[in-house]
Amino acid sequence: MISNLDYVTLQQLWWVICSIVGALFLFLTFVQGGQTLLWQVAKTDLEKSLVINSLGRKWEMPFTTLVLFGGALFAAFPKFYATSFGGAYWVWMLILFSFIIQAVSYEYRKKPNNLFGSSVYELFLFINGSAGVLLIGTAVGTFYTGSNFTLDLYNRVTWDYSLLGINLRGLEAAFSLFNLSLGIFLVFNARVLGALYLLNSLDLSSTPNLESRLRRNAWNSFLIALPFLLYVLISILFMKGFSIDNTGAVSLASSKYLSNLLAMPYLLVFLLVGIILVLYGVLSASFKKSNCEIWFSGIGTVLVGLVVLCLPAFNNTAFYPSKIDLQSSLTIHNASSSMYTLTTMTYVAIGIPFVLGYVIYVWKLMDSKKLTVQEVTDEESY
Amino acid sequence: MVDIDLNMVNWARAQFALTAMYHWIFVPLTLGLSFLCAFFESIYVRTGNEEWKSITKFWMTLFGINFAIGIATGIILEFQFGTNWSNYSWIVGDIFGAPLAIEGIFAFFLEATFFAVMFFGWNRVSKKFHLFSTWMVAIGSNLSAVWILVANGWMQNPVGMAFNPETARFEMQRFFDVVFNPVAVSKFVHTSSSGFLFASLFVLSISSWYLIRGRHIQMAKKSIVVASVFGLLSSSYVVFTGDESAYMVAKKQPMKLAAIEGLYKGQTRAPIIAAGILNPNKQAGDDQDPFLVKIEIPYLLSLLANRSLNSFVPGIDDLVYGNEQQNIESIASKITRGKTALNDLAQFKQAGKENNIEKAKISLKKFKKNQEYMGYGYLNKPEEAVPPVAIPYYAFHIMVALGSLFPVLFAAFLFYVLKDSITQKRWLLPMGLISGFLGLLAQESGWVVAEVGRQPWAIHGLLPVKMSTTNLAASNVQITFFMFLGLFTLLLAAEISIMLKQISIGPEEGH
Repeated sequence: MISNLDYVTLQQLWWVICSIVGALFLFLTFVQGGQTLLWQVAKTDLEKSLVINSLGRKWEMPFTTLVLFGGALFAAFPKFYATSFGGAYWVWMLILFSFIIQAVSYEYRKKPNNLFGSSVYELFLFINGSAGVLLIGTAVGTFYTGSNFTLDLYNRVTWDYSLLGINLRGLEAAFSLFNLSLGIFLVFNARVLGALYLLNSLDLSSTPNLESRLRRNAWNSFLIALPFLLYVLISILFMKGFSIDNTGAVSLASSKYLSNLLAMPYLLVFLLVGIILVLYGVLSASFKKSNCEIWFSGIGTVLVGLVVLCLPAFNNTAFYPSKIDLQSSLTIHNASSSMYTLTTMTYVAIGIPFVLGYVIYVWKLMDSKKLTVQEVTDEESY
Repeated sequence: MVDIDLNMVNWARAQFALTAMYHWIFVPLTLGLSFLCAFFESIYVRTGNEEWKSITKFWMTLFGINFAIGIATGIILEFQFGTNWSNYSWIVGDIFGAPLAIEGIFAFFLEATFFAVMFFGWNRVSKKFHLFSTWMVAIGSNLSAVWILVANGWMQNPVGMAFNPETARFEMQRFFDVVFNPVAVSKFVHTSSSGFLFASLFVLSISSWYLIRGRHIQMAKKSIVVASVFGLLSSSYVVFTGDESAYMVAKKQPMKLAAIEGLYKGQTRAPIIAAGILNPNKQAGDDQDPFLVKIEIPYLLSLLANRSLNSFVPGIDDLVYGNEQQNIESIASKITRGKTALNDLAQFKQAGKENNIEKAKISLKKFKKNQEYMGYGYLNKPEEAVPPVAIPYYAFHIMVALGSLFPVLFAAFLFYVLKDSITQKRWLLPMGLISGFLGLLAQESGWVVAEVGRQPWAIHGLLPVKMSTTNLAASNVQITFFMFLGLFTLLLAAEISIMLKQISIGPEEGH
């Protein structure tokens, strides 16, 4: 069956697969969100230990998913990989630095003779959770607002945006209110998820203050995230989009994303259900005092993430548009791998549900008992 | 043709070398130590002896410290292809991206998922599931090596693809040719077994230190038994696969072989250089002796390269200037054909832009005649095809010399530990102590041979490194180079400091 899929279907399928990986990453940023909450919710060493050890058992998940997101885009949309990573150089470099410093921090924070002291490693985690996620948000924002590049006949990228004579190589994405709002929304949404995850994974019976701070922070973070989300959504409904005509030419079209939503009503449904689930999770955690909300808000985030990534790519839309040369814009059709490679990778992708299966199995196994104060003080811990 | 900023190319090269060499401090240890931990834990589960559990936990602690910085230094390598080498990423992404994605799907998740169980699952899952998880981490780490080496092997010996002039890129045609590329296979077996060897040396090193200090003697001896057996087995495998790798290099990258042996004039019954000092003034094509001093072993290079004592092994001069007798085409001729191909390709692209179908057809036909030489068209002079000989030459000889020493060391340790007289061998223990550092030196040398030896090519014969970069001002790469240098050095310092402290604390006694 896979060998019979036509080229266009394969390209669309692979954008959906990449979007699912990206959306799952957004859910898993509960780790990053939790990292930014550390200093606010944990006031004692013991509380810090609980938070760090709970997040520390999961930190590799968003990290690995991000790496997979990069790898999948490289394999399926190499022109995007080359154009965006090479072009928007500094955005990606800074994102990577924030993940490099995260990778050692859990392991080294509490180890004796770690040279810099635990607060430096906690600062690393904070930077990863705040700046890292913010920059990822602004980078995704350029799917809607466009970037400043041209491609030549051999697809070599030239990036062209200078401030005071310096080529900003992607950092200018942060000058757009839309991109920035998407970034800030993701940072605070990650904090909401972080708080909900910690409420779910920790045994808080002996640390009631930690619990009340987590609940308060879930709610406060949501209140901060909300106006930014609304701004992003309203902008999407009214902004111009990058439309492709029958000949493959790209032009600006009014309310393009609104018409995409109407043309793909299931995305509208995903968006609404996603927002309701996130909202339900937050409200329930803040007022009903139960502990399973991470799953509602998490699934809600995945749905919203899917919409954010699919909306600018389907229905004849350029997903990585160039503002300065519309015809250089990337579409899922001109940026993809060959039909042979996409077919091969589709066979490979049959393994993904199996991978997801054992990840979920082990997750359930390890989280069947809540993390207790006793465990982090008496047994192996970060 | 576009202008090339060579300054940028060299900074990008330096950055790749820096990040790859830092990463490679930690990776081989992960490859081997993960299996050693699995061995230790298997013995614990079989015997139920708590002492083995304490040994397992001790080595796992060191494994975890190393693993974290291995991940930290690794993420940049994947994304660096996009940031610094975007032209490369576009031209070969259709082939090169697949193994990287497969590595993410099948290897990294295995490691990431079971790593948490291995460290924090002792009381959360059953003993057997815990052991299973430790094995999964070992298998996951080594699976990731498979896929990244498939990618690297493909750069050294590009197979299973064709150039598509329409898209101006290489496209995959046969996936299994890429996966079972003989260079990739020999690279994987050589690299992973050398990782096992290095991890065994690491265990030997630390155990020797305990024995010298008279601490944790039982634990050290037990660790030595397992590490020596594993080290001995893997070092014999390393020698065997090393020979196979050299044979592959001779077949697919003869220039690299000539460089690592300092062979300028090709010869039949070629000897191998056991040791020697290169003449620093020697250039390709001149009449100077390549060596100031040398010790040779007759016939051995011919045997290694062609499995035949009397066979001809081409030297650098033969490969650069051609050798009619041996049917070797000169680089100058390849450059001419390559430039013709590039010109025809440009005509083809231009015709496409102008919608001139007839002109496009003619240019394409002309292009196809010389397309396999396309990469050479980017070279300016024949000597550009020669790698900097001294670096791969010395690196190769350091690697081989150390590789020959290690099996002897493992055998000696195993012999004396089984005779229970290891603690009295005061001459042997300091050698064990430094062996870990020597192992690291051999590891890094191996990659220097592989990567410097293939210069100037990113894709052997098809795409030179200088054509692979991003159109980016050198200052950007320079800044990130120093950022990586600074950050990785600080993290390495922290890692070493933490590691030394944990070694000095030692395993938990009394289990």
